[in-house]
Amino acid sequence: MTALLETRGVWQRFGGLVANSDVSISVGRGEIVGLIGPNGAGKSTLFNLIAGVLPPTQGSIWFDGQDVTRMRAAERCQLGVGRTFQVVKSFETMTVVDNVIVGALVRNTVMREARRKAYEVLDFTGLAARAEVLASDLVPAEKRRLEVARALATEPKLLLLDEVLTGLTPTEAQTGVALVRKVRDAGITVLMVEHVMEIVMPLVDRAIVLDLGKVLVEGKPTEVVRDPKVISAYLGDRHAVSA
Amino acid sequence: MDKNFAARRRRDLIIAAVLAVMAALAPLFVKDVYVQNILILTLMYAALSQSWNILSGYCGQISLGHALYFGIGAYTTELLFTKFGVLPWFGMISGGVIAALIAMVLGYPFFRLRGHYFVIATIVIAEIGLLLFQNWDWAGAALGITIPVRGDSWLKFQFLRSKLPYFYFALALCCLAWFVTWWLEDSKWGFWWRAVKDNPDAAESLGVVVFNSKMGAAAVSAFLVAIGGAFYAQYLAYIDPESVMGFQFSLLMALPAVLGGIGTLWGAVLGAAILIPMTELTRSYIGGSGRGVDLIVYGTLIVLISLALPQGLVSLFSRAKAKGATR
Repeated sequence: MTALLETRGVWQRFGGLVANSDVSISVGRGEIVGLIGPNGAGKSTLFNLIAGVLPPTQGSIWFDGQDVTRMRAAERCQLGVGRTFQVVKSFETMTVVDNVIVGALVRNTVMREARRKAYEVLDFTGLAARAEVLASDLVPAEKRRLEVARALATEPKLLLLDEVLTGLTPTEAQTGVALVRKVRDAGITVLMVEHVMEIVMPLVDRAIVLDLGKVLVEGKPTEVVRDPKVISAYLGDRHAVSA
Repeated sequence: MDKNFAARRRRDLIIAAVLAVMAALAPLFVKDVYVQNILILTLMYAALSQSWNILSGYCGQISLGHALYFGIGAYTTELLFTKFGVLPWFGMISGGVIAALIAMVLGYPFFRLRGHYFVIATIVIAEIGLLLFQNWDWAGAALGITIPVRGDSWLKFQFLRSKLPYFYFALALCCLAWFVTWWLEDSKWGFWWRAVKDNPDAAESLGVVVFNSKMGAAAVSAFLVAIGGAFYAQYLAYIDPESVMGFQFSLLMALPAVLGGIGTLWGAVLGAAILIPMTELTRSYIGGSGRGVDLIVYGTLIVLISLALPQGLVSLFSRAKAKGATR
């Protein structure tokens, strides 16, 4: 079976800066894949290219057997790509349930159905009690959760999570991890960008490490963390040698 | 939860129906033509502001150039009537359609602008429209168009003996604009517009085609405002560029909604109910001295209300509700 998502030789240049150079990755159906790497590795750029925020300078992106390279974010969402934002982008003047309804409208044209779907997703993500609250009144961890809920309401095949576990307390992060597992168990493929290695490594099936815009290493999380190239990228050459 | 929502929607509809009936009965008690005129203008501006609110309040694209669509409605109706003998009712609809089309043509380049730049573009375009009409000889240029008097007739939408038909039309238009907003609030478009206003990037990621949403809002908004313009032209029986396309109309459409509560169902109506009588009364009681005291008083009142209630007058009601809810 073909991969759900594939990038083929993707390049992204911003003026003289090369953010992604020749990145080819693939994500299989039902996987949880972690996209990791030190600051400035090009994770967010790659993430935005996959979500359709901007087209790559070169190369192509394939989703579900279709070339989506030139498609806009809204079209990709209709095909089944859901995403969250690293800096949360809630609809602040709307209630929590209304936020989620916007997502639900992608697959439900009748308002009543969209609303029902939204409540269903709120139950799934544990936000049901906060449904009628304004999004601006949520605490940060809840806002992250709302980002996920909104994306899930679009009934995606692939969910892109941009640092949803970063900046949370350990307890909040654990609930977050449980939610990601639950999402995968519901049959949704997950690609997550993460900073916090100790949280993300036990969670993912496979890790892709980016460094300086290129794919550095790819493999099982346990192997990836021992890889000298990864250690040197994160901590410098001295540590890699001693390992 | 779902029931709360449905109940709230029903409650809004019932309040609106009661208010509409009360307004419809008002002429039984108000015989004074001066007061009737104020009522008509209040209803008209409520309708206009409600329409402006669709694009600027719900979809968040602040326009200070809606006078253009108002003027297009007025001019289309009167040009068709005086030059080709087309009944004002058809002129009104044509004006609405033309205004909606122009709104989309203008939206094509301008909806790429964000924030202040969009506002500036709307002001400039309306001024260009004004200049064009001031110099367009066929359309009467700066002299304007006098609507020929043919006597009282619903067919020609012209009444000399009584203001009441105009009053009922303004009321109907106000009800229409309110109802359209009410209906849109719980529709796909309504949700898209609020999402676009709050965060276009997030909206796009959730499958909302931001550009098309703005175009839709602009078209609906311009259509309704042009109907208002057609009405105003018939009501005055005389139009010139300054009196139907001047910048003051853009402001008078924005102010009631802003003062009442921008992007809310009741803001425009509430704002107009306070603002328009206030404008007229300050003008007639303390204006006319040539010193502009009325404008000072009027401006001061607006500033005071905005300072006290930055969320608009409707927040008075929602505050009371919030208190009740926490109990």
